[in-house]
Amino acid sequence: MPFAAVNLDGVTTMSGFLLVLSIMTPVVGALVAFAAGGRNVRRVAFATLPLGFAVAAAIALALRQGGPLVYLLGGWSPPLGVALRADGLSAVMMLTTAVVVCAVALFAGTDFQVPAAEVETRAPFAFWILLLAVWAALNTVFVAGDLFTLYVALELLTFAAMPLVCLDGRGETFQAALRYLVFALLGSILYLVGTGLIYGVYGTLDISLLSQRMQAEPATLIAAALMTVGLLAKTALFPLHLWLPPAHAGAPAAGSAVLSALVVKGSFFIVIRIWFDVMPALPGVAAAQLLGGLGAAAIVVGSIVALRQERLKLLIAYSTLAQIGYLFLMFPLAFRPDTGRIERGGALAGGLLQAISHATAKAAMFMAAGLIYAALGRDRIAGLGGIARAAPMSVIAFAIAGLALIGVPPSGANLAKELLLQAASETGQWWWGLVIQAGGFFTSAYLWLVLIHAFAPADEPVELRATAASGREAATLVLALCSLLLGLFPWGPYLPLPPEASASSLSLEALPKALLPIAGGAVLAILLGRWSDRLVSLSYGKTTAALVGPVRQAALALGGLVERIDGGLRQWPAAGLSLLTLALLFGAAMLAAA
Amino acid sequence: MSSATVFGVCGAVVIGLGLYGLITSPQPLRKIVAFNLVGSGTFLIFGVVARRGAVAGLGSDPAPQALVITGIVVAFSATALAVALLLRFFQATGSATLRASAPPSTASDTSPG
Repeated sequence: MPFAAVNLDGVTTMSGFLLVLSIMTPVVGALVAFAAGGRNVRRVAFATLPLGFAVAAAIALALRQGGPLVYLLGGWSPPLGVALRADGLSAVMMLTTAVVVCAVALFAGTDFQVPAAEVETRAPFAFWILLLAVWAALNTVFVAGDLFTLYVALELLTFAAMPLVCLDGRGETFQAALRYLVFALLGSILYLVGTGLIYGVYGTLDISLLSQRMQAEPATLIAAALMTVGLLAKTALFPLHLWLPPAHAGAPAAGSAVLSALVVKGSFFIVIRIWFDVMPALPGVAAAQLLGGLGAAAIVVGSIVALRQERLKLLIAYSTLAQIGYLFLMFPLAFRPDTGRIERGGALAGGLLQAISHATAKAAMFMAAGLIYAALGRDRIAGLGGIARAAPMSVIAFAIAGLALIGVPPSGANLAKELLLQAASETGQWWWGLVIQAGGFFTSAYLWLVLIHAFAPADEPVELRATAASGREAATLVLALCSLLLGLFPWGPYLPLPPEASASSLSLEALPKALLPIAGGAVLAILLGRWSDRLVSLSYGKTTAALVGPVRQAALALGGLVERIDGGLRQWPAAGLSLLTLALLFGAAMLAAA
Repeated sequence: MSSATVFGVCGAVVIGLGLYGLITSPQPLRKIVAFNLVGSGTFLIFGVVARRGAVAGLGSDPAPQALVITGIVVAFSATALAVALLLRFFQATGSATLRASAPPSTASDTSPG
């Protein structure tokens, strides 16, 4: 049982010091950069990157040789002391974080450097320190062994991520950052209330001790509901997403990549820790179905609203919203009716693989969008015509990242989809299978929308404002390729894969299955997307238009309705009320299961 | 009714008041104050939890107090960060509202045919 939280007595394992290093490396980097200032900030950051990557790789290697890594701070064992622990899940998430952070840093290298005439400017100074701080906070989330350390890590993550939103100092980005900060604080204080209640009942916050002691008592259930909902607010699961679109779309490209790819995964990872490790027996079937249902709603609403966006970055931000929904489909699939518990298995592996695929693909997408914006000076989707010829590498990187996200073999998303579908059929929950397939269709729909516009001929000759440095394009392309090839990585030692998984995804028979979402997505894109007259006349003739017209009118009306619902839910009072309602619903569902 | 229960109920009421303000008040500064109210209620509950440690023969359980101190530091930094951001937001735009700016533009979407 390499994945169960063992080491109950708590002993520091041989490679345990690596866990401390994984947190300390970026922290020391950030502090030294802060003290050095000026041009040295970027140098220190670049010096820290390989070190941090090496630590993450060393942890992954050490885990291969067996057992979770444990480090007891000060040699005190829980419940009095605080333990750091890393299992397979932590290792893969740390490795993903290291890869994405390094790629983003290479991409941002020229964006955030101090101009020749200046000694120190605000944006580069802040960006590099914040990047390292986000990295440190994420690593803390992944190795934290008790609920309170998780709370501190969660807050550090928010504090480091929030300023990335308003790096370029435009008025509306300050508003986006403030909305993000205040809503995230609301989420984390609910988590803290839950932590207090759990300590009151069990006298410990250590995850492995709690996993043995947890019982369905009213105080525990209230705590579980509050913590879950607080974390959902920080992860921006529909309908608690009021802060995400403006924040992720308003940040500079490198900032958006970090926020969308990594930061939301931090709180998502804590939901996994709590549901799978702390209280696998508590949620019960109703709460798991509720969580999956929110995910399904996020996929539908996020995708439809994404198809109606006019700006590329907002489209990608809404796509993140939909993909976050995809991540939560694993909870109902991991629930075993026979034992009444959430079990580690194929569903967990699938969900985590989806998170990793999304992290790499979405970072690449935001970086490609940044390159396109830098080349054109605008990012209106309708104005993308001709960009595929003018900046081919950026568009190719965007397309590859999109394909990886749809789940074309051998991408990680493909493996994830197979694992989730398998779990759905094993547990007899066919409806989640449908949602998983629909998610792929929607993803390909907005990829189509962007690519058709990008490959369309230009209205006027495209004038590039700047040619991208080849290093930036290479970083984007490598990250996109990385996401496309994730399915080939040996996940076995880290994730609880069922034995028969993998390998099947590479055969030729899998090809039609992979192409189906691409074809279906084209139909969805035609029906729900925004198209200009010119593109319509280019893409299909009058007779087709007469046939498609009425259906498209209905689809557009539906899209408009969904967009209005989304707009309504993104108002403060509505989001606050949904938060409280969800807390009540989760509490009631868990009480019913107890 | 023991003193722990009284303080626990007080904590819950303070959290409820704070949540009400955080959700209904449109002004960011009031939201920040309301967040601090929720925080105070939470810390009170941690205090009650520590007092209950006395049942086990201890004067009181010191661990929740350590957690509260950390929690206060975090809440203080969060407040400082939020207020600084709010000031900067006000300087940059001359307004301080968190209402979503104009709904997603409704530029004409031409249907085919």
